[in-house]
Amino acid sequence: MPIHPVSSGLAFAVTSDFLQSPTTTFAPAGTPAHSVVGLSWLVYGITGGIFLVVGGLLVYALFRFRHRPSSPNADQEPAQVYGSNQIELSWTVIPVLITVMLFLATARVIFSTEHAGKPPEALDVTVIGHQFWWEYRYPQLGIVTANELHVPVSDPKHPTPTYLTMSSADTDHSFWIPRLAGKMDLIPNKVNTMWIDPEVAGLYLGQCAQYCGTQHAKMLLRVYADTPEQFAAWVAHQQQTASQSPDAVEGKAVFEHNACISCHTVAGTVANGRFGPDLTHLASRDTFASGAVPLTRENLRTFVDDPSHFKPGVLMPPMHLNQHDLDLVTSYLVTLK
Amino acid sequence: MATQTPVPAAVDQTTETAPRRLVFEVLQDWISTTDHKKIGMLYIGYSLIFLVIAGFEAMLMRIQLAFPNNHAVSPQAFNRLFTMHGTTMVFFVGMPILFGFGNYLVPLMIGARDMAFPRLNAFSFWISAFGGLLLYFSYIGGDGMYGAGSAPDVGWWAYAPLTAHAFSPGHSTDYWTLAVFLSGIGSVGTALNIVTTIISMRCPGMKMNRMPLLVWLYLSMSLLTFVAVGPLTAAQIMLMLDRYLGSHFFDAQAGGSAVLWMHFFWIFGHPEVYVLVMPAFGFASEIIPVFSRKAIFGYTAMVAASIGICFVSLSVWAHHMFTVGLGPAGNAFFTLSTMAIGVPTGIKIFNWLATIWGGKVHFTTAMLFAVAFLFQFMLAGLTGIMLSVAPLDWQLGGSYFVVAHFHFVLVGAILFMLFAAFYYWYPKMTGRLLSEKIGKWHFWIFLIGFHLCFDLMHIPGMLGMPRRIYTYEADRGWFLLNFLVSTGAGIQTIGTLIFVFNMVWSYFKGEVAGPDPWDAWTLEWATASPPPAYNFATTPSVASRRPLWDLKHPEDTDGQYE
Repeated sequence: MPIHPVSSGLAFAVTSDFLQSPTTTFAPAGTPAHSVVGLSWLVYGITGGIFLVVGGLLVYALFRFRHRPSSPNADQEPAQVYGSNQIELSWTVIPVLITVMLFLATARVIFSTEHAGKPPEALDVTVIGHQFWWEYRYPQLGIVTANELHVPVSDPKHPTPTYLTMSSADTDHSFWIPRLAGKMDLIPNKVNTMWIDPEVAGLYLGQCAQYCGTQHAKMLLRVYADTPEQFAAWVAHQQQTASQSPDAVEGKAVFEHNACISCHTVAGTVANGRFGPDLTHLASRDTFASGAVPLTRENLRTFVDDPSHFKPGVLMPPMHLNQHDLDLVTSYLVTLK
Repeated sequence: MATQTPVPAAVDQTTETAPRRLVFEVLQDWISTTDHKKIGMLYIGYSLIFLVIAGFEAMLMRIQLAFPNNHAVSPQAFNRLFTMHGTTMVFFVGMPILFGFGNYLVPLMIGARDMAFPRLNAFSFWISAFGGLLLYFSYIGGDGMYGAGSAPDVGWWAYAPLTAHAFSPGHSTDYWTLAVFLSGIGSVGTALNIVTTIISMRCPGMKMNRMPLLVWLYLSMSLLTFVAVGPLTAAQIMLMLDRYLGSHFFDAQAGGSAVLWMHFFWIFGHPEVYVLVMPAFGFASEIIPVFSRKAIFGYTAMVAASIGICFVSLSVWAHHMFTVGLGPAGNAFFTLSTMAIGVPTGIKIFNWLATIWGGKVHFTTAMLFAVAFLFQFMLAGLTGIMLSVAPLDWQLGGSYFVVAHFHFVLVGAILFMLFAAFYYWYPKMTGRLLSEKIGKWHFWIFLIGFHLCFDLMHIPGMLGMPRRIYTYEADRGWFLLNFLVSTGAGIQTIGTLIFVFNMVWSYFKGEVAGPDPWDAWTLEWATASPPPAYNFATTPSVASRRPLWDLKHPEDTDGQYE
């Protein structure tokens, strides 16, 4: 059912609470995010203190020294004071001391985050940014997937962090899951690294944080922190080649006789394109189009028919399939569990 | 105010009785003028037109973002809007309007009859103006051979390789490049002119340490402009070479470096912030003393802080790049240098506070805007300290927190101080005071709109909302805040319209100002309002930092305290 944006927005205002935001930086669930929040309270405290002191003095001065037209000497100029070296010195030295203190606290967090030792249990994932989707490759496990990143939950007693090695296939992007860690840019011809260690199982949301082109806004991020059992099962499933359902032979033929295979890979078939997301286990995901659309048969059919329906500016062209072929291809795609 | 004392000799009270002229004569006069006051007003008028255009663009964006999954404008149109809004506000509003005030005020304040190079002055204005027209022509011609027109959509910092031909076909990016390039030529020309004028055209007695602080700040700002605009111009040329002559400076697919562009852009981009804010410091350093009825506190410290900001601002650029992967040493260095700039900036705020302390504060509209500036600039500085902490920047950089932070600088500090400057110097430029009554309405409505808009805008950033997204998901908890932010933007629009009305109404109906309506102390108030083409009938000569104070208080002159 199409919902008018105004009415849905107002309903949302009533029912939701922005304190429950799934992307808030104030509810950290990983070591890097925790250390930023810890440091931030120090910074907010110091800056807030400065604001109260200086702002308070300013309010006092404006009130105390306002011009009073009724006072007997209203027309006289006040005493002219030109400066004071002692005062200038004190309000130079005190800020310098605050700066040094703040810098040392900051440097500690910078080095502890960026120079953290990598434990042998760490999982490696290569993240490649594309206009406008995410490619994830697990070199140790032989898995290639897209848009929904699965990582093991990390028990603080036996940490199993995930190390992300990041680059871009086209323009700049930025990987930002606020509850897990600060952002890191994905830049073509440059390799960056970051690590995440979600301490609670569940889904963590975020989105691309560096403007990358028309559909930057719908380049969403989904990180699933799985329990060890869930993760092992997910890995075992992803390592298989695509299912060859006998019900979808016709749809597979349409898929393979069109340009779909120039851009998409379906492992175990002739489709081995690299430009678009890997579709081998497409139907095992909750969403597609980089988290923008819930994965249902109807949505998939609409997307294949006209990709810009959900994501104007998407690089996938409409394939101009007839209704019959559209149904067949959709039937094939939903079998790619 | 204290009693008005006429200032002899310097004021030429002869009224001009020239006959009414034809429209074309007036037009020709303005187009061919080399008078620094007329060029100053051309700069200001031209910037005000672009201010309205870029403000309109901001309103369209706020309408689109007022609701999640809204469809007020298309993604493509939205991306053009934020690119054009940012580019226009920085290059075709901020720079020219501040150069306009500088052009108008600097020669008057140092007792000169014009700028050092009047024709270079006219050239600089017209080349900048042409740049602005070129930028907006892109809406018609941007896609070039592809048919329909479009404006650039690469963001105002135009990160590589989004600007490469593969990702930005057509000519829209070229219009952006050329417009910024031309604006840069104009800026360097005017900066050169201001520096030369200040160095060589001061009136007798005006030693460097007697110049009004506004003049010092324009000197610092102009010196910084030289250094900052060079890398930007070089980068624009390299980008053109990449796009048309097959070079690969920024083309990552062919071995170029996207990060190189970032360095070039931000070694311009961060000093640029100080280029824009230093004139605002200058306005504050004139307006706050006059309406507190006290000399500026710590003149020497203020000058030293300005020069200090100039130097330190050249070593902070990579705080825009904390998420680029500079490594811990680089991040730590730029954290320290960025925090360090808080020290001279703090000195300025403390000195303004000390100027108010013990004075008699007159809350004219100009002073109200200056007081709001003090609070808002302090807040902007404090959120700047937060963002200088690299780990906080990893979370908040690139989010709406940053958008709120720099709008606190650009609107809360610079635009507020520009409004103050209009209320303060409009009578000098036109001969009539802006209406104080309408001005108070303007101030309070704009203030409410500003805080509703930009205070709340910090929070979506802390809740994970990145900038430059044309829409957002409904489940993120960002809706209510964005709705209120958009409401605040609408209120600011109303405030701005009141200001425009005040400018027009007061031009015809405003109270006649006379040469010195504020009982002020610097030389521009020693001549008629508006000043004649030659500024001063006789070249003034000064013996202190406040020549008009000396004339009004011969028993207690300033010079004895220097």
